[in-house]
Amino acid sequence: MKEVYEKPVILKLKTGMMNKFGSSPAYARKVRKDIDGVPVEELIEEFGSPLFVFSEKKLRQKFREVKNAFTLRYPNVEFSWSYKTNYLDAICAVLHQEGETAEVVSEFEYEKARRLGVPGNQIIYNGPYKPYDSLVTAVKERARINIDHFEEIADLEKVADELGVKPRVGIRLNMDTGIHPQWSRFGFNLESGQALDAVKRIASGGKLELVGLHCHIGTFILDPHAYEVEVKKMVDFAYTVEDQFGFKIEYLDIGGGFPSKNRLKGIYLPPEVAVPSVDEFAERVCSALLSSLRPGDYPKLILESGRAIVDEAGYLITTVHAAKRLPSGLKAYVLDAGVNILFTAFWYKFNIEIDREVHGTSEPCVLYGPLCMNIDVVDDLTYLPPLPRGTRLILSPVGAYNVTQWMQFIRYRPAVALIGENGEVDLIREAEDLTDIVRREKLPERLKLEW
Amino acid sequence: MGKLERLAVNDEGFIFDPETGNSYTVNKTGLFIIKFLKEGKSEEEIVKALSEKFDVSEEDARRDLVDFMEQLRLYGLLEGENV
Ligand SMILES: Cc1ncc(COP(=O)(O)O)c(C=O)c1O
Repeated sequence: MKEVYEKPVILKLKTGMMNKFGSSPAYARKVRKDIDGVPVEELIEEFGSPLFVFSEKKLRQKFREVKNAFTLRYPNVEFSWSYKTNYLDAICAVLHQEGETAEVVSEFEYEKARRLGVPGNQIIYNGPYKPYDSLVTAVKERARINIDHFEEIADLEKVADELGVKPRVGIRLNMDTGIHPQWSRFGFNLESGQALDAVKRIASGGKLELVGLHCHIGTFILDPHAYEVEVKKMVDFAYTVEDQFGFKIEYLDIGGGFPSKNRLKGIYLPPEVAVPSVDEFAERVCSALLSSLRPGDYPKLILESGRAIVDEAGYLITTVHAAKRLPSGLKAYVLDAGVNILFTAFWYKFNIEIDREVHGTSEPCVLYGPLCMNIDVVDDLTYLPPLPRGTRLILSPVGAYNVTQWMQFIRYRPAVALIGENGEVDLIREAEDLTDIVRREKLPERLKLEW
Repeated sequence: MGKLERLAVNDEGFIFDPETGNSYTVNKTGLFIIKFLKEGKSEEEIVKALSEKFDVSEEDARRDLVDFMEQLRLYGLLEGENV
């Protein structure tokens, strides 16, 4: 009977490093053999590696958790799904089934929501660039439009004339909530008086009905207090508008920005400690609302939460293609997934799980993607036992912003699978092949090659 | 005396280099290899011994041995004669 084999490893003991290595057990890494009961290996056999996998159970669970936190505390709440965070049809459909409307920031996202069956009046249209034709469509279909700049006020007045209607619109605000960097490039600034100027401009034009205020203070906000500031400023401003101009502000859209349980680079506390619970955010937002609203006034609170809802429902299974030793002595692995499909690797340090028990001591290593590009680093320093070729790593959370910001660069984009609540597995986006890439290319006749 | 010969190695896999004062730890397989290297065994002999004692193919053992020797070299524990 042969003994269990471990890859041979030698580690230098340094003062100060003793604890790090000394206390790291041989199997310090978490092993994950399945996602929602479906074996990792089965998923890869069916759809190939790398593979994005979404858990419908987790997605619904997370949405309900966020929804309950707010609906328990305030009587008039709407959740609007931030399409840019993840606009795969299947993901949007799950969230629309759960009752979310659609928040879009381009004509493309608008069209995608409409195609999925979302009625125009269930769409919130945001963003700094709304092509004129898309404004015409949005007004016709009664979408809620939040205006970003003075030019857009003029565009909408033109649409109003063209269609002979008085569009109901909101304006986007930006403000100081103590969050840095301040997102001051979108909408009208509150403190400078620009926002009030915008209201004056809308009122004097007389062609638009101002019914809402919108703001989005940033993303992955770890300080619930910032939302308290945002809400109070929005309510104050709403009453100024109502009292001075006679508009009725029907909705306060506070945007998104709640964090997921991800680890932002540079933050060393684990997310369980660093990331406040959704209840804390809900408590701040709703108590700020209730304490500053006038009695009997309950404008609709709109939330455009993106990453907090979908991030943790997404996993990426990737395969170790090669191991190498760098001149510095650091161990390096080449994975089949890199920053081409993991855009968020630039900012976040993912949780890494291994699909099997690997014997051997953890050693410091770097995880590279498959691109022949120096920037392709999935994790610049982590501790893993010696991984044999073919080992699968399960990276999470990766459900937010990756399957929208991924690039077709050097490699094809991989398949995306969804695991249903009863363990059913569906392919929700096929892996790309050459036809996807060349479909829109045209080769001039004179350049046709004859080898 | 070669570098490896002068290393103090115990059965738990602790290694002390009396010349530099550095210490190291190796796992079971690493210890196995170091003992053979100290005895002046060739790479092929070590690969064979590994695959006989452990549940590993000669191919995998050979690849891992190359990587392990790289690590030893980076720590300055291998000299010309072992390379
Ligand atoms: C206007 C708007 N709403 C909502 C979101 C979603 O943000 P998050 O994923 O941080 O919740 C964004 C993201 O940038 C946004 O720009």
